[in-house]
Amino acid sequence: MARYVAWRLAQSALVLWAAFTVAFAALYLLPSDPVSIMAAGGGEANAVSDEQIADLQRVHGLDRPLWEQYLDRLGNALTGDFGLSVQTGDPVTEVIAEALPGTLQLAGAALVLAVAGGAGLALLATWTRARWLRQVLLSLPALGVSAPTFWVGLLLVQLVSFRWGLLPAFGQEDWRALVLPAVTLALPTGAVLAQIFARSLRTALVEPYADTARAKGASRARVHFGHAAPNAAVPPLTVTAVLLGNVLSGSVVVETVFSRSGLGRTTAAAVDAQDIPLVLGIVAFGAAVYVVANLLVDLAHPLLDPRVTVGGPAVAA
Amino acid sequence: MARRRLALPAVLLFAAGALAATGCGASESGAGGGTPEAGGELTFALASDPGCVDPQQQGNNDAIYPARQLVDSLTDEDPETGDIVPWLAESWEVSEDARSFTFHIRDDATFSDGTPVDAEAVRANFDSIVELGARAALGSSYLAGYEGTTVDDTHTATVTFAEPNGQFLRATTTFSLGLLAEATTSLPPEERCTDNIVGSGPFVLDEYRPNEVVVETRREDYAWGSSLWRHEGPAYLERLTFEVIPESGVRTGALRSGQVDAIGGVAPQDEAGLDDGGFTVQSRVNPGLPFGLTANISRPAVSDQAVRRAVLLAIDRQEVVDTVLSPSFRPATSTLAHTTDTYLDLSAELTHDTAEAERLLDEAGWRPGPDGVRVKDGEPLTLTVLWAENFGPNENALQLIQQQLRAIGVDLTLRSTSIAEFTALREEGDFDYTWGNATRTDPDILRTQFSAGLVNVARLPDGSPLEEALQAQNAVADPEARAEHSAAAQRLVLEEAYSVPVFELTTVLGIADHVHDLDFEASSRIQLHDTWVS
Repeated sequence: MARYVAWRLAQSALVLWAAFTVAFAALYLLPSDPVSIMAAGGGEANAVSDEQIADLQRVHGLDRPLWEQYLDRLGNALTGDFGLSVQTGDPVTEVIAEALPGTLQLAGAALVLAVAGGAGLALLATWTRARWLRQVLLSLPALGVSAPTFWVGLLLVQLVSFRWGLLPAFGQEDWRALVLPAVTLALPTGAVLAQIFARSLRTALVEPYADTARAKGASRARVHFGHAAPNAAVPPLTVTAVLLGNVLSGSVVVETVFSRSGLGRTTAAAVDAQDIPLVLGIVAFGAAVYVVANLLVDLAHPLLDPRVTVGGPAVAA
Repeated sequence: MARRRLALPAVLLFAAGALAATGCGASESGAGGGTPEAGGELTFALASDPGCVDPQQQGNNDAIYPARQLVDSLTDEDPETGDIVPWLAESWEVSEDARSFTFHIRDDATFSDGTPVDAEAVRANFDSIVELGARAALGSSYLAGYEGTTVDDTHTATVTFAEPNGQFLRATTTFSLGLLAEATTSLPPEERCTDNIVGSGPFVLDEYRPNEVVVETRREDYAWGSSLWRHEGPAYLERLTFEVIPESGVRTGALRSGQVDAIGGVAPQDEAGLDDGGFTVQSRVNPGLPFGLTANISRPAVSDQAVRRAVLLAIDRQEVVDTVLSPSFRPATSTLAHTTDTYLDLSAELTHDTAEAERLLDEAGWRPGPDGVRVKDGEPLTLTVLWAENFGPNENALQLIQQQLRAIGVDLTLRSTSIAEFTALREEGDFDYTWGNATRTDPDILRTQFSAGLVNVARLPDGSPLEEALQAQNAVADPEARAEHSAAAQRLVLEEAYSVPVFELTTVLGIADHVHDLDFEASSRIQLHDTWVS
């Protein structure tokens, strides 16, 4: 077990390093640099002298050789120091820490809704005996996956907030302002969960062990919820980490439509301004979340399915 | 610059009746009526996040609104006449060579931390703006050639420049040169962005949460407002809340449903609906350079004046305004927008005349080719325009211009880029035209744009007749002499068709009925000192 965790941690470090390096290369391949963008003030013709731009580039270390900047940024990143945001001059870690609560709130609420809604829908669709209801329920996830988040968000805000006046369209202090964005963000994620869970439930219900349970006199509910559901939960669990990534990237659109501050908006602004330190910090953070989530899912796996054992690469499964 | 929009799909739900021309256009001043009442709050929806609420470090888009309320300027500009009038400075003298400017500052103004607004504060501010350099892009360019500020006595300061700087007096009306207390100017730039902004303005910064909200409260002892304002003493509103709402459809809906009192960045397609719904659509043309095409004359095809003139004549400005914009907008009538100081009406030069355009191209040897695109020496007349989405309707406007040029046999290729990359690509010069605008109240923006030593978007050689006029208008202090040189420059740009102005950018606000006297200042930004709610 310890060996397995060590192996996975090494893998994770590699993923983090690769994400950091690819982001660094992408940022430096762009034709512009953050200082010129800031001086240009949104594409207007500003008469900022070359010396002034060079001064500011020096302050941010952008005038040094590329490999030196890379090693420096990587080395500092290892100690948790991602430097200063070019836009505001604040430490990157501080900017991320300030943006994080808004997104955590949103993503947390969305995940809860997605899991509850997705699992509920799948259970209901496989439980019902009414053929038409089953068909309707099973076609809902496809709709949820294909509806663009941006469009869903605008539709909800138009109807629920502007027409019916039930919930606010923006704001962050009031919990009621969290409802619409969380629902919007939960929709595609919940739909994917529902699809996977419904499929694996249907498979589980015709497995021999389900027949055995029925033959032993277990009730329909016992077979459905007690025997099939836990087994069928494994496939959706394995994609949880991927869905977490979806939720984080979906927050860019949802935070924009619902005028919320958070990591999504911060990321969009940082990319716009080509704020190299901040983008690198966010990429490293996002990759870390993803890696940790994957690791936790893998470790939780054997708890749900005793057939799965964790072991190192050399250990026969 | 114009309002920023995220590159999201064109708003799906709000397109109905988009461009139906309505009789009721826009009014130029805030809705009046009734006796002003003190008290109350205003919630205003901003189209983009300020990023930094330091007016000296701020860029030039609508997100300046909150920062504008925090500071006073030395002078103010009358939006109607263009005259420079007293604000913090009661009077001033400008040397004839426009190198030295003496300001006599009123003796009763204080910053919100109690320190006096005096000559020393003027010096500290201008010194620190020069020090900020590229971080204060606008302010430091207004102060180009700054030699220093001398404190003649407690309330008299003289600013001197190494070279004549005729534009400087009007620059002192802007937010970029608004005065901040030493508590702010002594801080490094990063510590004066989200906090620690201490000004002498009618409102005081309470809180700024990036991408979310800016909250300001009234300064109760305020008594040194601009001579242009409707009333003296503190502002009427007790509290200002600027909500950052990036999506234009959400801003409009928030206004209609009463969740905010006023909004900025009204999309052209939303205007008619607001008008009909009992809201005031209030607009003012931004001074400065209208949106238009600027030629890169280092490229072979557009190095020919005939080709540039043909492009200028082939564009139907009125059609662009009618089709992709709204009744609040106007076609360009000169090199400068009509709200700019020293603007000269050249609408007679900016006609739509395809016959003349075709004649010019025929004469220059561009003959109609097999696919309708003109050809000369085997080369098709294909021109590339570099543009960024710094204003929502840009793409539609350019597509229409593309069709209009196609009608005279010019093939226009649209090359889009992000706002971030626009400047870098513009420096590479791999295009025939750039599309853009600039908001400034002073005609000196022409020098910034075209002078060989500055941005020089058109890549003009040094020593052109235009260069002479551009330098001359900044070398004198006398307003009449400046106007003459500026007029010459505006005329030259159109004669040579270095630039093809198309439409004037307009700031469009949506305002609820209970909000009164929400005024535009000279640069078409809002000033909330006189605003009141009923």
